[in-house]
Order: sequence, then C-alpha cells, then structure tokens
Amino acid sequence: MRFTKLFAFLAVVLVLASLGTVALAQDDMVEIEYWQYNFQARVDAMNELIAQFEAENPGIKVVHNSDIPYANFRDELAASAPAGVGPDVVTLFYGWIPAFVDAGYLVPLPEDPFSEDFILEHFSPMVANSKFEGSYWAIPTAVRSLAMFWNKDIFAAAGLDPEAPPANLDELVEAAIATTVYDGDMDIFNITQQGHAAALASQDHHWFREVLIRQYGGAPYSDDGRTVTYNSEEGCAAFSWLTAFETEHMTGSNDILDGATNAFVNGDTALHVDGSFRIGTIARNNPDLNYGVAELPVGPNGEHHTFGSYWTHGITRRANDAPARLEAAVKFLQFITTPAAGTLWVNSVGELPAQAAAASDEAILADPILGPFSAGLAYSHATFFVDESAQRQVLIDAFDNVRLGGMDPCEALDEAAAIEQELIDSFWADRE
Amino acid sequence: MAAARQKIKSPVWTLARRKVVWAYIFLAIPILFFAYIRIYPALFAFQMSLHDYNPLAAEQPYVGLENYEKLVDELNKRKSPTKAAFQNTVNYLLLGVPIQLCLALMISLMLNEIRFMSTIYRIMFFLPFVTSTIAIAWVFRMLYQPRFGLVNVMLQLVSLPQQPFLKSPAQALPSVLSLVVWQGMGFAVIIFLAGLKQIPRTYYEAAEVDGASRWHTFRFITLPLLNPTIVFLLVLQTISFLRMFAPVLAMTEQGRGGPLDSTTTVVLRVYREAFTSFNMGYASSLTVVLFAFILIITIIQLRVTARRIN
Repeated sequence: MRFTKLFAFLAVVLVLASLGTVALAQDDMVEIEYWQYNFQARVDAMNELIAQFEAENPGIKVVHNSDIPYANFRDELAASAPAGVGPDVVTLFYGWIPAFVDAGYLVPLPEDPFSEDFILEHFSPMVANSKFEGSYWAIPTAVRSLAMFWNKDIFAAAGLDPEAPPANLDELVEAAIATTVYDGDMDIFNITQQGHAAALASQDHHWFREVLIRQYGGAPYSDDGRTVTYNSEEGCAAFSWLTAFETEHMTGSNDILDGATNAFVNGDTALHVDGSFRIGTIARNNPDLNYGVAELPVGPNGEHHTFGSYWTHGITRRANDAPARLEAAVKFLQFITTPAAGTLWVNSVGELPAQAAAASDEAILADPILGPFSAGLAYSHATFFVDESAQRQVLIDAFDNVRLGGMDPCEALDEAAAIEQELIDSFWADRE
Repeated sequence: MAAARQKIKSPVWTLARRKVVWAYIFLAIPILFFAYIRIYPALFAFQMSLHDYNPLAAEQPYVGLENYEKLVDELNKRKSPTKAAFQNTVNYLLLGVPIQLCLALMISLMLNEIRFMSTIYRIMFFLPFVTSTIAIAWVFRMLYQPRFGLVNVMLQLVSLPQQPFLKSPAQALPSVLSLVVWQGMGFAVIIFLAGLKQIPRTYYEAAEVDGASRWHTFRFITLPLLNPTIVFLLVLQTISFLRMFAPVLAMTEQGRGGPLDSTTTVVLRVYREAFTSFNMGYASSLTVVLFAFILIITIIQLRVTARRIN
C-alpha cells in the first residue's frame, strides 16, 4: 500500500513538472545559450551587455554560461556537442576557429548583417583577414595586441630612468641585465629579482613568431600560411636572442618566482611582454604596482611589429538547427560587436574595441596604458593557426630543448619547424 | 479445482525461489548501471578507435585501422609525445611497483611488531591514500618549488645545491613518482598487515623452538605465506601505475606532462589527444592498446606468481 501511494505521488509530481515545461515552451520567449570561459572581467562585461540586449529585445533570453575555467573550456565543448547540448553562441580563441570549422561545429556568419564589405570597412585588419574557406566564421567584440610592461620602481632602484623604457632589443637586454638581482652566484635559481624572463608558454611564443623573426628580417610562415619558414638564418638569430635571456644573460626564467607572468604582477620582474588583458589582472591582484606600458621595442631592422589576437564569437551548428534561435543568435552577435559594446569592453576588460573607429578613439590613444596597445593594432599580425595548442607546444619544446637540454638554438628551431610543418600538412591533407 | 489443488501442491514460486528472484531484481539495478556507465563506454572506445572521431563534428567517418597505423608511426619516430608516454609509463611501472611494495612490506612488518600507538601509526600511513590526489599533488608541487620550496630550503640549510625537481627533464619523473609511491603505500601497508595477521602464530613459535634466525623466519615462513597477498597487490598496483594520470596533470606546467614530455603518461596522452586536439579516435586507439597491455600483464602475473603458492 505504501508503495502505491509513493508511486501515485511520483506520478503527480511528474505530470506537474511536464505541465510546467509545456507552459514554458508555449511562452513566446526564445532562449539562447551563450558560453565563454571564466575570466571575471569578461564575465562582468558580458553580463552587462546581456542585460542591455534583453532590455532591447524582450522576446529573447540569453543564458550565460561562464563557469568553465580556461583549462577545461575545450573539454566541456567537446563533451557537450555529442550530447546535443551546448551553446548557440560561443566565444573561442581566434586560433581555434579552423579546428572548429573543420569539425563543422560553427556555421558561417550570415551575409546579413555580417557582409564582407561591412567587416572590411569597420573591423581591425586582423579581423578582416580572418576569412577562412571563403567565409567569416566568427566576429569579436574586442582585440588585443602585445606591448611591453615595465616596473618603474625597479628601474629607479637600478639607477635607470623610470620614464625611459627600452626602445630597441639591445636596450632591452641591457636593462634586463641591469635590473637582475642574485642572492649569491649568477645562477637562475639564485635570482631574487628578474630583469626579463622569456616564457614561451605565455605570450612569448607569439612575440617570437610574429615580432622577433620579422624584426630580424625573416618571416615565420609563407604568405598562404601553409609553409613554416622560421627555420632560417634570421629565425635562428631571433631565437638565439630570445633564449639568451635564460642561457646566457641569466636574467630570469619561467621556472622561478611563480612563473614569468605572476612574477611581473607581484613586482618581482622589471620587464615583461604581455597583452592588454593583463592590465585587469594587475588592477585586481596588485593595484599598487608602479608600472608603465610601451610599444614593443624595435628590432635590428628598426621596424615595429606586434602580435594581434582576439577571442571571437561564433554561431554553432546547434543554433543553426532552429530558425528562431538562429535569428536570436544573430541579433545577439550583432549587439555584442558594436562599437558601443567595444567601448564598454575596453573599460572593464582592457581589450581594445574590435571596430577600428572605437579602437582609435582619441581618449584611448592618449591613455598612457592603453595607448601603446592601440598604436600596435596598426602593425599587428595574427598567426593563422591550425592547432594553436599543438603549435604553441612545438615552440615551448624548442625553447626547453635549448635551456634544459643544452641544444643549439638553430638545431632546436629546425626540429620545431619539421614538427610544426607536419601538423599544418596533416590539417590540410584532411581537408582536401 | 483439481488443477488449482495441483498448483498448491507443487508451487513454482516457493518462498526460497521468490527470494532469489528478488535478489536478482535488486542486483540488476547496479549491474545495469555498471554496464551502462562502465562497460558500454569501454566497448564504445573500441568502436571509436576505428573512426576519425571528432566530438565536435556531426559525423564520424569510419577509417578502419588508420588510428592504429598512426600509433605505430608515432612509436617508430625518434621522438614523439606518444612514444614518450609509453616509455614513461613503463618507467613509472618498473620503478614504482617494486619500490612501493618493498617499502610497504618493510613498514607493515614493523607495524605488525609494535603495540604502543600502533593505531596512530597505521592512520598516518593510510591517511595519504584517502586524501585527494589533486590536493596532495599541489602540495608536492609547492614542496618542490625552486628556492622557496621546503625541499630546497632544507637542501640549502645543509649547504647542498638547489635542485630543479619538476623543472628538469631528468628529475621530473622521479619527483612525480615519489608522490605516487608515498600516496599508494598506505593501501599496500593495510593489505600486507591483513596478510600478516592470517599467518598462524604456531609457525613462528615452531621456528623459534628450532632456533631459526629472523631472516630465515621471514624467508621461509612470512614470505611464502604472504604470496597470495603479494600477487594481489602486484596486480592491483601494476594496473594503478599503468593508469597514472592525475598526479602528472596536477604537477606539471599547465598539465602538459613536461618538461619535454618527460613525465607524460599514456592516459594523459589519451586525455590531451581527445580533449585538446579533438582526436578522439586516435585517443581511443591508445586506450585500446593500454587495455590490451593491462590484460596481458595481469594474465602473465596471475599465471607466473600464482604457481609459486603451491
């Protein structure tokens, strides 16, 4: 008897629950899901944009999933897709786009409103150049470039002019040597204050690829991006210059002081190459840090270069399956990529608006911290990655082979080029 | 009426049978659950390994043995992450299992002797086993830190040079291994203690009467009678070393199994291939090979070591 009652109770609950679902479904609301990885400043900015969007579009509800840490973001996407759940609009690193397009996960942006003319006219060149297989697959709110951070207090303490950051690569080495402090012999593990630490796992593989090689007169890849060309004399000179910080000048290492990035944020490093997104990290974790930002130093050929990158929003296959959701997704995408959205973004995240007009705004250019990043957009390059994480690993390993394995930089670079070429070839072989 | 009476005389559903049926019905639930959660995915891995399986894609084309061919290619290269993963896994196994079992046996022999505070000691050895691996791995990671890590601070105190530990391709594997050995040892200690309790005291008393030395007692009484326990632990620990994953993920830079693939394992490779490169088909072929490995090793161990009991 007791069981019968329990079953009756469960049945009633189930009926009520299903009625509730039906009632929700009958509502005119279109619900779309938006995913990005967890980075607090971005989450806050996007919450604000979603609130504005929903106020303007009362028929659309955007569910914001931002709980996934960066390290697991790709795992979660890979797990959600076979289950038939997941985002309608997703924010991906631009370098991941080819892999997601290759899998058929993303659908091309609709011509209306994202026509080629519109994108070419309004967006930064690195976005305009992101056409892949004849289509645009994603569009960003904001873009970033690399610049050089320097710690003014350390400069002053070492007797350097705190307002004169190194302007070229030679000055960078001199300043790094002058600001390194050892506790005992000149040894990496005796460093208590770093001049400069090369960290290829963070941004320095980009700095090497797109900036240093070009400044030494070489090119990282062929024009179509399908051939690795950095295993050249110029590439080797650039790589030798970069590895020397740890192997020869001993001014720092990613292995000590909690990693190169944290070491700068904590005030233990004089010079650091990073993106504008680090401004927010410093503001949160060490607001008193007395630092400045300058454009990346020029190289032996006197040229300015920087690496440009962005997190960009795409529409998924899942949204494409339901016309109402697709329409809502396109509207949402349009809303979060306007110059106004970009301006909101720069104020809370520190990334520059993707629409060129907003990025070269007078106020941004004049800003001592954001100005150098904004100036860099004009001469930035975005690498075409077929598998960003594998390609990054190739250069991390090359660097480790030099600093830990004692390999010759040129030899390490040759090995890296061969492995990376194989990655690129296998990507294209599958597509043809 | 007659038929009904017949039924009552020899009922199909006797109380005993009904009990058995109910037992099966209740057992079916965990079995179905287990089959769906563990066995079905395991078999599905075999199927995935024959496809170019990209979890993000709508279609997963059949590619036959292509993933296995790629695996052979990778293993034949002079250097490849897959090759490093297999080599490291073998190293972890060959170093880890003997060290762990020898230490555990020594400790349990000593624990078996003491009476005063013996529970406290047992808890201390068992505690790491029930602690979260990830938490322990992070603590070890901090202990190994250059300059400020406890181990290096102690080295400096006695004027020894600092060691890079996890930062060096040569020292990283032993550094990870020592954590795994230490953490898993508590389990082996408890099982050895249970095995030691099974050995009748009379054997030892007889040996004592005969004037056998401690070594002879250990060699000819303890060790042979402990053989089933040793076999059990050997199989279990071998499998656990072959499946090593979490400590490497937590202790290496960005979970990459570095530096220079010196700590990566087969399972870490599976994870990275499946979820960072989206090559789930290739990752599955690695799991199938690992499965075959574990199966073969287990069968050999059971055959070889079980024989000695007689």
